[in-house]
Amino acid sequence: MPEDLIIVGGGPAGLTAGMYAARARLPVRLLEGGVSGGQLNNTAVVENYPGVESIAGYELASLMERQALKFGLEIDRERAVGLAATRGGFTVETESGRAYHGRAVILALGATPVKLGIPGETDYSGKGVSYCAVCDGPFFRDQEIAVIGGGDSAVEEAVYLTRFAKKVHIIHRRDEFRAAKEIQEKALQEPKIEVHWSYVPVAILGNDGTEALRIQSVKDGSEQDLPVAGVFFYVGLKPMLIDGVRELAKTDDRGFIITDESMACSTPGLFAAGDVRSKVLRQIATAVGDGAVAAFAAQHYLEGGRHTQLG
Amino acid sequence: MGESKNLEIVGDQDFDEKILNSTIPALVDFWAAWCGPCRTVGPIVEELADEYAGKVKIAKLNVEDNRETPTRYGVRGIPTLMLFKNGQMVDQIVGAVPKGRIKELIDKVC
Repeated sequence: MPEDLIIVGGGPAGLTAGMYAARARLPVRLLEGGVSGGQLNNTAVVENYPGVESIAGYELASLMERQALKFGLEIDRERAVGLAATRGGFTVETESGRAYHGRAVILALGATPVKLGIPGETDYSGKGVSYCAVCDGPFFRDQEIAVIGGGDSAVEEAVYLTRFAKKVHIIHRRDEFRAAKEIQEKALQEPKIEVHWSYVPVAILGNDGTEALRIQSVKDGSEQDLPVAGVFFYVGLKPMLIDGVRELAKTDDRGFIITDESMACSTPGLFAAGDVRSKVLRQIATAVGDGAVAAFAAQHYLEGGRHTQLG
Repeated sequence: MGESKNLEIVGDQDFDEKILNSTIPALVDFWAAWCGPCRTVGPIVEELADEYAGKVKIAKLNVEDNRETPTRYGVRGIPTLMLFKNGQMVDQIVGAVPKGRIKELIDKVC
């Protein structure tokens, strides 16, 4: 049975779109290959989602899923691998070989941490190199570790890691953070944190596991080795595109999907929401906003047969 | 999600007996409740337990309750899937990966 609407991805954007679409009684199905919540599952604590003072990322994820299911959203545990325009809509292919047809599709594919590609980064993945502080932080009790980056995630997770580590080095290529001021204040007041301003990581050194991080000054090129057992990378995100998306949706120079204000992509009937979209701020709060708008716009598209000006 | 009856739960005490002395190859999923990506891999591992029943032992080890074994094998990130054959660790995958990649890992040596 073809659905009217297929939502690809079960993070905050996809779940919100699913909840709105289910409440609108659209025939809708959401595809998620893993567990619902997307990057929320890699987030230790969420403290900036309105109405919720403090909550573990995975808990917020399961609350969002439960709420969407309550309104009748159908979720299939299928990992989407390809998208194609077909007669009267789109086909989404999954890893297991199934094909889902929808007259409209919302791409809530999410984003994933960028790898820097410095020597040792791949070799020591799981041997000290990590992209998930909440997963791997407890392995570094009473040890020294480093966090790479200067945005919200980097600084916030560095503060989180002080629960376990003896000392946390933050390596940042600029001389100031991009993170929200409140997060910066927490980090700068934390005695276990030492910030290495204007430094970039150049190599991860070790034998069986990580033993040191070599950093280089962007000012004078001088290098030093920090004796760390772990290195956590938070240097940005890249979109998680599936095959066929680039052919059907315009993307920006980093590959994020370009939409208009109503989340519509360059092909009618195709929408994008959340971190996969080209936008200025990637947060849970902006993802759920995208999801709600995308579901509303998709409903208009399906009912009107074409996309029209909203509001 | 009911736990598969083919899935073994192992810990520090019985790791040698159940995994190292196993007569068939064994895949161990090192996980913890705090780890989101582990929740992605968990259900896949359960499916594999049924698919490989009798051929490969599929087991889970909670790293929070069992700290000795992860240290012994240098586990510093989870989920980690380690494959053991004849008492030796022969291969591993760190991080949440699609089911196909885990099957490749198993099929390569089993």
